[in-house]
Amino acid sequence: MAKVVVVTSGKGGVGKTTSTAALGAALAQIGQNVVIVDFDVGLRNLDLVMGAERRVVYDFINVTQGIAKLPQALIRDKRLDRLALLAASQTRDKDALTEEGVQRVIGSLRQMFDWVICDSPAGIERGATLAMRYADTAIIVTNPEVSSVRDSDRIIGILDAKTLKAERGERVDKHLLITRYDQARAARGEMLNIDDVLEILSTPLLGIVPDSEEVLRASNLGSPVTLNNPNSGPARAYFDAARRLMGEDIEMTIPTDKQGLFGKLFGRRAA
Amino acid sequence: MAVTSAAQAGQSTRFVCRSYMAMVLTPKPPIVEWVAEIEQKIKSAAHLFIGPPVVLDLAAVKLSQSAIAHLVAQLEERGVRVMGLENADAASTGTGVPPLVRSSRGIGASVDLAQSPSPSPAPAPAPEPRRGVATLLVDKPVRSGQTIFFPDGDVTVLGSVGSGAELIAGGSIHVYGTLRGRVMAGSNGNTRARIFCSKAEAELLAIDGHYLTADMMDKGLRDRAVQAWLDGNAVRVAALD
Repeated sequence: MAKVVVVTSGKGGVGKTTSTAALGAALAQIGQNVVIVDFDVGLRNLDLVMGAERRVVYDFINVTQGIAKLPQALIRDKRLDRLALLAASQTRDKDALTEEGVQRVIGSLRQMFDWVICDSPAGIERGATLAMRYADTAIIVTNPEVSSVRDSDRIIGILDAKTLKAERGERVDKHLLITRYDQARAARGEMLNIDDVLEILSTPLLGIVPDSEEVLRASNLGSPVTLNNPNSGPARAYFDAARRLMGEDIEMTIPTDKQGLFGKLFGRRAA
Repeated sequence: MAVTSAAQAGQSTRFVCRSYMAMVLTPKPPIVEWVAEIEQKIKSAAHLFIGPPVVLDLAAVKLSQSAIAHLVAQLEERGVRVMGLENADAASTGTGVPPLVRSSRGIGASVDLAQSPSPSPAPAPAPEPRRGVATLLVDKPVRSGQTIFFPDGDVTVLGSVGSGAELIAGGSIHVYGTLRGRVMAGSNGNTRARIFCSKAEAELLAIDGHYLTADMMDKGLRDRAVQAWLDGNAVRVAALD
């Protein structure tokens, strides 16, 4: 049975799209069939992060309006054949999405994939509520700072009220993904520490992704960090998160780039 | 809403009382003109009168049972369904007319026909706060942006109240968790309402309209279990531990 996951945050710029791409790729690398869906109509980015911007012919809106068939709009990743992308429209706005259209497309994707990962736009308006509407599971992306944490709290409240599952009296599974975590700055008190964030949000932790240049480098290359540099700290954090999402019990760590760097130096010396 | 129930062992029937919101119309003499006026109002704002249950407050008029029945029938013809009568003589009520009802607090929101109709229905009279009777139990955290409004009594939260969340209670407020949001106790004028929490980081504490913001609070009380109460016009806060 396919799982529909929404990656959401309320606040913009915390790493929703990066995390969608990295987790989607990680799940595909583990052997799952994955589709990542961009709900950010009008401000699409997922195609860029996936390096598929030149291959978009039909988009999500075209499918909901019946202009294109779903298989025509799905873009297969060139590096991972188990990973597909459904791009958002860049020329339209969020009002172009209808509830029925989204329901139909999500329903069809459920039949075709193991994981349907929806990249939510920022905010709490129509685009964001439609992205979470049919989700079974939510990943709340949070940076360890007060404004992001408060917005996450708000979005958790909306997940408990406006999703189909909530309206049926069921519960959307919620997981917290802390990104841009800098251990040194947290230790100096310049950042909220993990315990504070968990205490405020009282939501189980899916992973802690360290702040790293690798993430930006991968995005600029149009490649998810889990594909671009699988040994980097953030990539290992996303792999662990993907495994936890699949139900595996993995000890919570904060992987750093240092190990990889040390390995590289060591490797060079040996060679 | 307040709920009282009486159940005895071995009995399957429960006697349950509930209070409901209703709109109150107050007929004024001369009745014929008043009915004509109502008819005019129905034409201009049908949603106000047709649909919601209506109670007739007969304090301003003295009508016999047959006159009441006639008035109710007249209103019914125009689509207004009368569910009860208020301030009518017991002698003039009986079969054929709606039952006598008693509101818990005077006429809270009667429709004044002299004024132009408001776009939304007039708020129905709010029941008197029933201290010690009604409690709202919230068994999960109250998230940022959520508002819990419970004018009937106490609110107890098992969990935290997030920054940007709001709790408004007619009675006291109890938070078994960290209180980061805004809380207003005694919103119905209950000066004896209190606020209790296991960890105070509140943005605002208010009791019966008197308030303290985070900046006004004693820094030494932050992050501690506290209670707040009203002392004259000042909100006082003291540690519980």
